Amino acid sequence: MVAAANTRLRLETVRLTALFGKNPAVREVSLLFPAHTVTAIIGPSGCGKSTLLRCLNRMHELTPDAAVTGTVLLDDVNIYATDVNPVELRRRIGMVFQRPTPFPTMSIYDNVAAGLRVNGRRPRQETDDAVERALRQSALWDEVKDRLATSALALSGGQQQRLCIARAIAPQPEILLLDEPTASLDPAGTQRIEELCHTLKRLYTIVIVTHNMQQAARVSDYTAFMYLGSLIEVGRTNEIFTKPQVEQTEAYITGRFG
Amino acid sequence: MTTLPLEPVPPPLEQTTPSAEPRWRALRSVDRSDRIYRRILTTLALALPALILVILGVLFVSALPAVTRFGPSFLWTSTWDPVAEVYGAAPMIFGTLASSFLALLIAVPLALGVAIFLTEFSPRWLRQPVAFLVELLAAIPSVVYGLWGVFVLIPFLRSYVVPPLKAVLGWTPFFDGAFYGNSLLAGGIILAIMIVPYIAAVSREVLLAVPTSQREAALAMGATRWEAVRSAVLPYGRAGLIGAIILGLGRALGETMAVTMLIGNRHDIGLSVLQPAYTMAAAIANEFSEATTNMYLSALFEVGLILFVLTVVVNAIARILIWRVARGAAVGSKAL
Amino acid sequence: MSAGTFRRHLTSRVMTALVVVLAFLAVLALVLILGDLIAKGASSIDWAFFTKSPVPAGESGGGVANAIVGTFIVVGLAALIGVPVGVGAGMYLAEYGSGRLGFLVRFVADVLNGTPSIVIGIVAWTFLVKPTGRFSALAGSVALAILMIPMLARTTEEMVRLVPHSLREAALALGYPRWRTSLKVVARTALGGIVTGCLVGIARVAGETAPLLFTALGNLNFSTDVRHPMQTLSLQIYVYATGPFDEWHRMAWAAALVLMGLVLILALAARWVTRQRYGSGR
Repeated sequence: MVAAANTRLRLETVRLTALFGKNPAVREVSLLFPAHTVTAIIGPSGCGKSTLLRCLNRMHELTPDAAVTGTVLLDDVNIYATDVNPVELRRRIGMVFQRPTPFPTMSIYDNVAAGLRVNGRRPRQETDDAVERALRQSALWDEVKDRLATSALALSGGQQQRLCIARAIAPQPEILLLDEPTASLDPAGTQRIEELCHTLKRLYTIVIVTHNMQQAARVSDYTAFMYLGSLIEVGRTNEIFTKPQVEQTEAYITGRFG
Repeated sequence: MTTLPLEPVPPPLEQTTPSAEPRWRALRSVDRSDRIYRRILTTLALALPALILVILGVLFVSALPAVTRFGPSFLWTSTWDPVAEVYGAAPMIFGTLASSFLALLIAVPLALGVAIFLTEFSPRWLRQPVAFLVELLAAIPSVVYGLWGVFVLIPFLRSYVVPPLKAVLGWTPFFDGAFYGNSLLAGGIILAIMIVPYIAAVSREVLLAVPTSQREAALAMGATRWEAVRSAVLPYGRAGLIGAIILGLGRALGETMAVTMLIGNRHDIGLSVLQPAYTMAAAIANEFSEATTNMYLSALFEVGLILFVLTVVVNAIARILIWRVARGAAVGSKAL
Repeated sequence: MSAGTFRRHLTSRVMTALVVVLAFLAVLALVLILGDLIAKGASSIDWAFFTKSPVPAGESGGGVANAIVGTFIVVGLAALIGVPVGVGAGMYLAEYGSGRLGFLVRFVADVLNGTPSIVIGIVAWTFLVKPTGRFSALAGSVALAILMIPMLARTTEEMVRLVPHSLREAALALGYPRWRTSLKVVARTALGGIVTGCLVGIARVAGETAPLLFTALGNLNFSTDVRHPMQTLSLQIYVYATGPFDEWHRMAWAAALVLMGLVLILALAARWVTRQRYGSGR
């Protein structure tokens, strides 16, 4: 692998704090997410990793009483600036949740195309191409290409989750946020999603929250460990898992708590 | 893969100059669409408070002449004389309350029986059909009940029910006098059949809300099936069941067509259920088109106002009781 | 088994039997009524019954064509008014109804749901008939719509609330604005339940008589003019049942059977819709 002389940062948080009412769930986290990498955020339940993720596409503020301070830079532009439209922002960032959430009244095709149609109707051919591309990238095309018009609910759990990934990447967002995407899947489904992370990072920058350390080790280039809302340690995945610098990190990784 | 260290935060090595302003800074119009949408929905929702204000307003204004003329004595005067223009609603109020309570007397055991049967004792395959049939009772229009009441129920009562009742209980004031068909009894019975599905549906939801752990704990301690129901389930849902009964009462108070076809429509207060009687709703239905003077009309509006207030209060009590068990769900709204 | 235990089990069996008997009696009432409807009404139903209007009092023959058409017009118009307002109010309650205005609207809807329909009838008379001095089908439709709106508001709210929050989130994360999420994702998912609620509301209103007594009034002739009095099946049944002629009584049963058939079709359609839509609540 050739080490590039420099690399772009797609996403960056600067002293990001997220609150529910008066309670900080994320405390002054500063983190970088280089382009075309997979960064895993790990930590015990309640450490704030999901909340941090939801700050990256301004989903956190949809909760009543939620507030955010600090900065999140997307391509060096602060997404929390007052003239930024969060709805438009979310079209630039894709998100996949813990449980597969296909739209139940839509077909497989319509589900994938859902994110494309927000900006208005495009010519049919364009949409067809985008849907096929997204389904191929999520390794679902071969399984569904003959039944695109059927209900999305007929798919298995793992297939539905890959459908949600296809739906998230169809608008070509460049940043992909995955919130424990394999939490409700069986091992076979989990493995397929993990394989996807490897292939998708060539096209997207991925941030994945996971409670499964082995998954983080398998999938990510960089790992960030959080505890009680604060960023404890961040670094290259193999370094974090073999020679963690901070004692808490080592305790978590070796299973002594969490 | 880069060798760039990740902490501390270095300045970017390459100034990324976007070719144009990020697309996502534009388009405030989406906000406007959200606002329009919310505004439309809010306007539609405001129709409801507007409606109730209109109803209250119309009732008050129209009843005012009668209210000022007769004052509170309207409530206890028995005379209803359109010629002399003296109006008193006491017989109607009495009849409304009497017929509704008689209906409850008959309906409550039936409805609770249905609800308990469906939730506790019914085999699974029987549940849906029985529930559907009981719901269907609520679908039958009031006027059809009236039709059946006039041509089937009353002859039946006259031939098979009243004679034995009179034989056994004729000495009591409740079964005094001759029976000509249209009576408080007939009205009460038809009301009972009409409100069974409402009480049953709500009771069933209340009983279903009781956690199964309650039943299982009782059964595990050796209670018989009935004892489990009586000691673990019913007390838990008691407030809700009372609420269901009061909801049924609320419905009975407002029923019009079946009642006016069966109850006899006579301004009379009497203890005997075999005698004709009157209810507020039936009186309005019967006399509204014959109200030739303004005072007559106003008196009828006052009756409507009393009826409205009565049903609102009763329903409010019922809702509060049910809400405590079902936590604000629109319980009973699925019953036709 | 001791005497006490035996008695307890006996009591349980007796009470179980009692409960079954009571439930049976309730169902029996329904069976009797429907049975009578069919027995007494079916023989009078023929093609003429559906296509002819009533003949002068005392004569035989004639039908309820005017009432059938009138029912469709009056109820149809009521639905046209009531469904948008009721469903819209329900959507408001589900999307934005957690504040004080939402509480008020919900409370008012519950109060209106319990209001006697005769009271609604005389109120509608006051501001729709009295000013113009004219009874009309339109006034009847408005009265029925007033009955429908609070019903639909509550059932719509309930159905929309059933849509899981995660679906809403998924749409928002895709960049759907709030209004589009509400319409295209949430409402669409709940659509089956909303339609069911509408059908149930329409079925209930189709059988109403009291609010029409002083608004639509009734009409012995065939009419489709909404600005004039119109007959409905329910009104026709009332007139015939309380009239003096046996012929009328016979036709009342037949008309009741037709009305009941209409209500049943709507109720069954409501159940069918719920079963059809996958993944949309109950």
